[in-house]
Parts: sequence; C-alpha cells; structure tokens
Amino acid sequence: MMLGKTAGGLFWMCRYLERSANNARLIEAGSRMMMTRTTEENAEWGSVLETANVRQIYDERHDAVDRQSVIDFLLRDRSNPSSVMSVVEAARSNARMVRVALTREVWEAVNDTWMKLKDALARPVRETELPNVLELIRQQSAQVRGALHGTMLRNDIFNFCRIGTFLERSDNVARILDVKYYVLLPSVSMVGTSIDNYQWEAILRSAAAERSFAWLNKDSGPRTIAEFLILDRRLPRSIAFCYLNIARNLGYLEAEYDEARPCMEICAETLNRLTSTDIETIFQGGLHEFIQSIIQANNSLGLQIEKDYRFYA
Amino acid sequence: MFGHGDTPREPYLHYCNWFDGEDTKRLKRKARDAEHAFRRTGITFNVYGREEANERLIPFDIVPHILSAREWQSLSEGIEQRVRALNAFLHDIYHRQEIVRAGRVPRHMISENEAYLSKMIGVEPPGSIYTHIVGTDIVRTGENEFYVLEDNARTPSGVSYMLENRETMFEMFPELFIKNKVRPVSTYPKRLRRSLEACAPPACNGRPVIAVLTPGIHNSAYFEHSFLADEMGAELVEGHDLRVVDGRVAMRTTQGYTPVDVLYRRVDDDFLDPLNFRPDSMLGVPGILDVYRAGGITIANAPGTGIADDKAIYSYMPDIVEFYTGEKAKLPNVPTWRCSEPDSLAYVLDNLADLVVKEVHGSGGYGMLVGPAASKREIADFRKKLQAKPDGYIAQPTLSLSTVPIFTAKGLAPRHVDLRPFVLVSPKGVDITPGGLTRVALKKGSLVVNSSQGGGTKDTWVLES
Repeated sequence: MMLGKTAGGLFWMCRYLERSANNARLIEAGSRMMMTRTTEENAEWGSVLETANVRQIYDERHDAVDRQSVIDFLLRDRSNPSSVMSVVEAARSNARMVRVALTREVWEAVNDTWMKLKDALARPVRETELPNVLELIRQQSAQVRGALHGTMLRNDIFNFCRIGTFLERSDNVARILDVKYYVLLPSVSMVGTSIDNYQWEAILRSAAAERSFAWLNKDSGPRTIAEFLILDRRLPRSIAFCYLNIARNLGYLEAEYDEARPCMEICAETLNRLTSTDIETIFQGGLHEFIQSIIQANNSLGLQIEKDYRFYA
Repeated sequence: MFGHGDTPREPYLHYCNWFDGEDTKRLKRKARDAEHAFRRTGITFNVYGREEANERLIPFDIVPHILSAREWQSLSEGIEQRVRALNAFLHDIYHRQEIVRAGRVPRHMISENEAYLSKMIGVEPPGSIYTHIVGTDIVRTGENEFYVLEDNARTPSGVSYMLENRETMFEMFPELFIKNKVRPVSTYPKRLRRSLEACAPPACNGRPVIAVLTPGIHNSAYFEHSFLADEMGAELVEGHDLRVVDGRVAMRTTQGYTPVDVLYRRVDDDFLDPLNFRPDSMLGVPGILDVYRAGGITIANAPGTGIADDKAIYSYMPDIVEFYTGEKAKLPNVPTWRCSEPDSLAYVLDNLADLVVKEVHGSGGYGMLVGPAASKREIADFRKKLQAKPDGYIAQPTLSLSTVPIFTAKGLAPRHVDLRPFVLVSPKGVDITPGGLTRVALKKGSLVVNSSQGGGTKDTWVLES
C-alpha cells in the first residue's frame, strides 16, 4: 500500500533528477558546437533553450540570446523552473516529502546532490569551471541512480521512480529531435557537409549517444541517427527503450495491484507505434509530425498516470 | 559534572578518564565530522520567521550528559507518577470534574482555558488514554534534586534527536560504548508503534494501520515526523491525504482509500478539524472529530490534551498528583506564581529582575522574560505587557541549575541543560525510554536551551549500573 501523494513524489523526484542531467548535457552539446564551429553561435543557444522548453520565459527576462546568459539561465536561475538548481531543489523537496519511501542511501544521495550543487551554483559559473560543474551534475545524477538501483526494493516505489525517469527521458529526446528535426530532413540535408555533421553530432551528444552510435559503425546520416534515437531498443535513451521500460513498470504495478488502469492502454498504443514501424515509414509520414505526436503522447500518459494512481486529491 | 573539589561525579568517571587521554585536535575534527553527518542525513529544523537559510542544524555537543542507574530510577518513578496523574486529570476534567468539586483546582482554570475543548466533554478515548506521548522537561539543581519544568503533553518533539544523537556518538566514538555500559534508546520507534497499536479504536480490524499526521515539509519538526513514520513503518500523511469515508478516516493510496486506525498527529488541536475547530485550517481533516467520538479512530495525543501542559495548570500539579495518586509528588514543581492572582502579580512585578516570566500558552522559548539576563529596557517593556494581561503569564524563580560540561575551543566548559525523557502511555502501562533529549544553552551563563534561541543538544546516557 502506498499513498497517492507518495507515488507522485517519487515520480516527480525522478523526473526532476533526470532533467538536471539532461540540462547539463544540453549545455555540453551547446558548448561543443560553439567550439567546433564559428558562425551563428547564438542561434545554437536559442535552440538549446527551445529543447529545454524554456525559450518563452527566457525571452521574458532577457533581451538577447547569448552564451553566458543562457548557461546561467539553465544552470542557476530560480525563476526558470527547469534550471538545474530549480529542479534539484524540487527533487529534494519531493524526496523529503516521500522520505519514508526511500532508503537512507537514496535520501542521502539526493540530499548530497542538493548540497553540492547549491555550493557549486552559488555564484555564476566561470568559463574555466564550467566543465567541472557539468561533470559534477552528471556524477551526482549517477550517484542517485546507483543508490536507487543498489538499495531499493523492487516494488511499486521503485516502479514509480522508473516511470518518472523514463517519461522525462523520452520527453527530453523527443524535444531534442523536435527542435533539430529540420537537420535530419532529406530536403535540407546536404550529406557530407561539415555543418550537418556538427549538428548531427550535437544531437547525439545531447542524448549521450555519440559513443554508442560510433560503435555501431553505421553511416552517419539523418536516417540512421533518427532511427537510433527513436527506435533502437538497445540505446538506453531511445524513445522506444523509454517506452519499453514505462510499459514494463506499469505492468509491474498492474500485477502488484491486481488491477488494470487506463494509462496502460495509452502507453501500449505509443509503444506499439514505436515497435511496429521503421524509420522509412516515419519519414514518409513526416518526421516532425511523428515527433510532435510522441510529445503529445508523453503528455497525456503523464496526466493519466497521475489520475490513475491518485497523485493528487 | 564535578562534585565537591575536582573529582568528577561518579557516572562521569570513565568518560573523564577517556577524555583526559584524548587529543583535543582529534576531538575538534570529530565535532566537525558530526556536523557534516547531520547535514548529510538532513537532520535540520526550520526556524520560524527567517526566510533565508530556514533549514538549520541544531548544534550538537560531543560530550554526553550522563546519569547513573540510580538517578534514572528515581527520576523515572517520579515521571511515571506524574504522567499517570496527568492522564487521570484529563479524564476527570472531561467527565465528572471531581477535582473541581473537591476544590483543588478552580473551575475557571478549566472552563475558561483556551486549551479546554468542550467538544471533548463526555468523550471516552480508546483505552482511556489521552496522553500517549509525553516529554517531561527536567532540570537539576543538585546531587539528588530534580525539578519538573514543563509537562509537554500535546505534541512533544525532539525524540528524533535523542535517537540520531546516539547514532552519531556510536559512529564517532565507538570505543566509549565498550567502557561505559549505556542503556539503548534505539528501541523507541518500536515501543512507540507497540504503544500506539495498544490504543487501537473499537473500529479497528486486524493489525492497526498507523499514520503520522504532519503539517508538511515546511514545518520546523518535519524531519522528526518523517523519521518517526519511517522508523515505525507507518505512513506519513498530510491533511489532504485524508478524508472521511464511510465513517472512518481514510488515506488516499494508489489503490483507493484505506482506513487509518491510529493517527499520531503532529498538528495542533486548532488545526485538526476545520469542521469542528478552525474553519480556515488546511492542515486537518474535515469531520475527523466526529469519527473520533464514534470510536472510528484513535488520535494521539487526544484532542484537548493541551490543557494539561498549560503553564497555569502546571502550578497545580503537586495537588493534581496527590489528588489522583494519593501520594505526594515524587518530583517537585518549580515554585510558580500565577500572575492572575493579585498578590502573586504584585510580587512578580516587584521582582521582575530576578524571575523568569513565561506566557501561559507560549512554547519554544518565545515571548518569555529571563529577568537576570534582561536589560532594564526589556524589563520595562515586559512589565507593560504583563500589566496589560496578567492572567496570560506565570513567573518562576531562576533556579541555580547545576551544569554539565560541553566541548569548546578551549576544552571543557560548564553549561546549563535540561532533559526531556520521552514517555509512552497505553493501556498496557507507562514506558519511559532510558535517556532523552538533553538541550544545552551554548552561551556561557545562559539559561535558555531552546533550539530556536541558540541552544544545542547532546547525547544522554543512562548507565546500566
């Protein structure tokens, strides 16, 4: 038995933690773009803001898009609800709220993350410090993940954590593709030109998939990249992988509670779209439309889970 | 810690031998480690009225407060007697009011008391228990002289510090626990659970479902609420997790609503039930009092218990103990002047500089005057407040408290402390965990031990023999 509030707290704690690492990766990919190419730097940071889904609130507070302001906004700005500091704080608040559902190790890992990042992000991060700070964010996120995997019972508590993690991740990957889909479209792609290569690399890097992509030794091209990030079940950040895991964990919940819930249907429908198609079909139907529909599916799945498991009164 | 001359008092002998052999630098490092450990575990408290940095640590002192088995024996006997009397008193004032009829406590002290809940009149709580959890504040003035300073009978806090302080000591100084046989405190959560289970309501079916009701993560004692729920294996709920369903109070789970049998509430009476008490409360459960009166749930501590730790009632405690137990109180009260009585008020006004004056309904060290430590200005200001509303105050002499050592940059130094042992009451009996929360005034000469006012805590040892 678990309180609905607790289920919601676990779900959001994990979503926020996942978001903090995703933010760090977006900044990393953005910085990398800047180092490897010279033109249109600010446009690149604009697309980073869009991927993080915070463009609008950024524009309300800033006149121009420049590297330093964007990085500060994504890392430290508390008026940005998705900044690393905001989400780490929110993750910790949720962890405090669900303290009774967490092992000591997990709680301490989350609390430690909050303490270390509060320190590291107390002042604007200097250029020279940025790589260290981004690494710290990644490490902390790994520490929490390690504690979760190493100490938590595999029951509904763990299932809600996993569902939150994968829903956030699926959303993050879909947004990366949504913002960059035009780079992957055949009509604009000028295969072999350096610009596209950088863009492709940035896409892979934002999803922490550049190394594994290289191992597969595929031709680097829009289709293979899109296929990899959307459909490859081996890649722990592909949308298909996320949905397989969401479906599995929702299945565990159904089994544990011995009751079917509508969210499972929504999830199965999307999972089916991901597993019964191939990349050619997706491109024929329109990559952008496909990605958009995934983002929408993520959204409605989140709302249905919240309702089915009574997160709120 | 020291008796006559330079010899440490007997319970401290082993500790002092050990301390003398320790390197001060190592101890300083240990003290820092302890602070780090507390931050990591998240044992913080929130200070009301401070926006920034509102999560703070209570400073921890590494020198334990040590009591011998004999000292503890006499203390716990006195506490048990007192707690039994409190419970009997509560039952009486919500039923026949024999003590009023007998003229031992004036009727208006009960009926006009803000903490007296008329909605509890005639209600029989499950197991006849009102004060399931009590934290009796004790001070010491000499070798065998203990006084009760306060009976915290509504929602005493601090027990998580008793437990975590001991854990920290285990971690920092394992060697100390080999030489000194210290009675364990870690059984408290299990004892609490057992005690609460023994008070299950008539409606309970099977093993009682226990939940801790917290005002939420912004409450100053939130850490403790979650800690206790965690250690007891109980659910930690807020008002919005609960509602009345089919005559029971039920919590919203991922699988629907499940009835709660025993609610260990850490929410004040006023906020418990917006239908029966403060209508603007967001922290409570609408209708819970009606379920309670019908035997559908146990609320610990019972609503209306607050009157027993009211500072004006405190002054009647020697009478109350005698009335219900037929014995003299084993633990004395601090002499108390009720400012509502003209003679007492006159005395208090004449002697403000030597007295401690407290708000009758206040707690946490807020709104009190410590005469000897106050400036003329503060005394003058307080005099006005007191004259404007004399029955809102009581006064007590400043006792010449004995001291215990704390660890400072310059070695050991004496400071004033108080001790709050935690008492569990159920139909099965009174259970006092050997130890308690020792609060220490870290400022030299200070008498105020409240964490909100610069106090700290230490581990409390009750020795096996």
